[in-house]
Amino acid sequence: MKTSFSIGDVEFKNRVLVASGTFGYGDEVKDLVDVNKLGGIITKSLSWKPRDGNPPRRIVETPSGMLNSIGLANIGVQAFIDEKLPYLSTLKTKIVVNIAASSVQEYCDVLSLLEKQEGIHAYEINVSCPNVKEGGLSFGTDCAMTKEITARLRPLTKKPLIIKLTPNVTHVSEFARAVEEAGADAVSLINTLVGMAVDVRTRKPKLSTTTGGLSGPAIKPIALAKVYEAAQAVKIPVLGIGGIQSAEDAIEFLLVGATAVQIGTMNFIDAGASVRIAEQVREFAEKANLDDVGKLVGALDANVKYSVLQSWL
Amino acid sequence: MIQQVVRLESNQEVAEGLFLMRFDSAMIAERARPGQFLNIRTEERWSPLLLRRPFSISRVVGTSIELLYNVVGKGTKNLSAQRPGDRVDVLGPLGKPFGADDPFETAVVVAGGLGIAPFPFLTDYLEKKRTKILTFVGSRSLFTVDALHLQNVHYATEDGSRGFKGNVVECLADYLKKNRPPGPRLFGCGPTKMLGALSTFAQTHQLACELSLEGDMACGIGICQGCPVERTKGSKKYALVCTEGPTFDCRDIVLTS
Repeated sequence: MKTSFSIGDVEFKNRVLVASGTFGYGDEVKDLVDVNKLGGIITKSLSWKPRDGNPPRRIVETPSGMLNSIGLANIGVQAFIDEKLPYLSTLKTKIVVNIAASSVQEYCDVLSLLEKQEGIHAYEINVSCPNVKEGGLSFGTDCAMTKEITARLRPLTKKPLIIKLTPNVTHVSEFARAVEEAGADAVSLINTLVGMAVDVRTRKPKLSTTTGGLSGPAIKPIALAKVYEAAQAVKIPVLGIGGIQSAEDAIEFLLVGATAVQIGTMNFIDAGASVRIAEQVREFAEKANLDDVGKLVGALDANVKYSVLQSWL
Repeated sequence: MIQQVVRLESNQEVAEGLFLMRFDSAMIAERARPGQFLNIRTEERWSPLLLRRPFSISRVVGTSIELLYNVVGKGTKNLSAQRPGDRVDVLGPLGKPFGADDPFETAVVVAGGLGIAPFPFLTDYLEKKRTKILTFVGSRSLFTVDALHLQNVHYATEDGSRGFKGNVVECLADYLKKNRPPGPRLFGCGPTKMLGALSTFAQTHQLACELSLEGDMACGIGICQGCPVERTKGSKKYALVCTEGPTFDCRDIVLTS
């Protein structure tokens, strides 16, 4: 059974990765899970300087989901290189470093510094954080800006460049196409949806930043539709993200066209979930008499005649 | 850190609104220290409830773990409906324990309501070291902790229905005016407003004071970054309640309710 897949010339051992911001820098959970069995680890977003993040309250549970407003709290790229990368480099899985920034130049600076290090296999560019004022969503909801960031980063590295897209736009397919044209090797989606919760007793928003990013099983149907749309629009691999809790959920994403998936919120609840899902996806393919998990990718049996989505592709 | 599915030995209301859950886990019992917590959920798929819920370890008896909680929302309501034999997924022990082995002579436990939860465990631990313990428990109205393993309990109720009339910090101040326990260290747990008052009192009177905080968290292990508390000093603005706490020296954190 073949479980691996490639982005550019980087081969990932299976199609289940852990999403940025949901697995720290890989060292926090080493008691709980054999991280070497993951398809890849996508790190917490890194910015040039350390970021404190937003004041509390940062987390609110909502039905089948959670809102977060962390605000890209991170240790900064230099501390990552000094303190985290040495451990990550020892792992037998692919390390994808996620970069967030508040200017195009900052994206370039962080990536250029990381290019000088060993042990990084690919980059994921976060243009879609809904919880910071500068950069973040203001980049990700602007198609021209998203394209420009991709075009500016492209010449700086030969490693795979994955652009993480936001669902907070009308047609995510336009953004997927734009970054494909600008030279991206893959897109990943969806980042969180802008959401809100209110305490009716105090009449205050529950999050300090009023709105936050919704994740978890609640967003899975939306994520599937967005991934389906993006996968129809581009030839580069699409990494599907959004509320995956089980192998069945992951396989739904593969069927609608995701080359691989990322597990996010579920890592907070069960750090071993991603490894288990990777194994169960393999078992599912085995039972279906496939010789390659990849044969599930895009194998959806949909009647496009009745698909509303086709009209905006 | 252990992640384990355990079966409940018991889960019942021991006083009005106060639930005690007990399960057996030799691995957690062996590792747990007073002040640490567990992050738990009831079933493998808990939809529409999603996240684990953090609870102080209330007591370790042999290989049994006890948690004290009250029903405040959907998660704890769901938890209170679990029966003996039902399965609970437990992650822990988590967080930094109380400095129970630091040099002090008298432990002065100060709890607001359910803030009493971590203290039976601390009491057991300090009894073995023959440390003197005083306990102050405050609540709005009658709240009984008679069923819990504590020592030298002084009650404060805001309506005066039991013990001192007033809040627990006023009760403590009143006691310390009349008594001088040797080498005291305060251990506080309760609502943020009460902890703020306790912190101010401790710093004014130059008393060593550790506080156990709550935080809205998802993972409990430092990944989600969901539970910051503001530091008073240092280059980092926030500490995480889950990994750098839940116990803090009162001088190190800013309490805002």
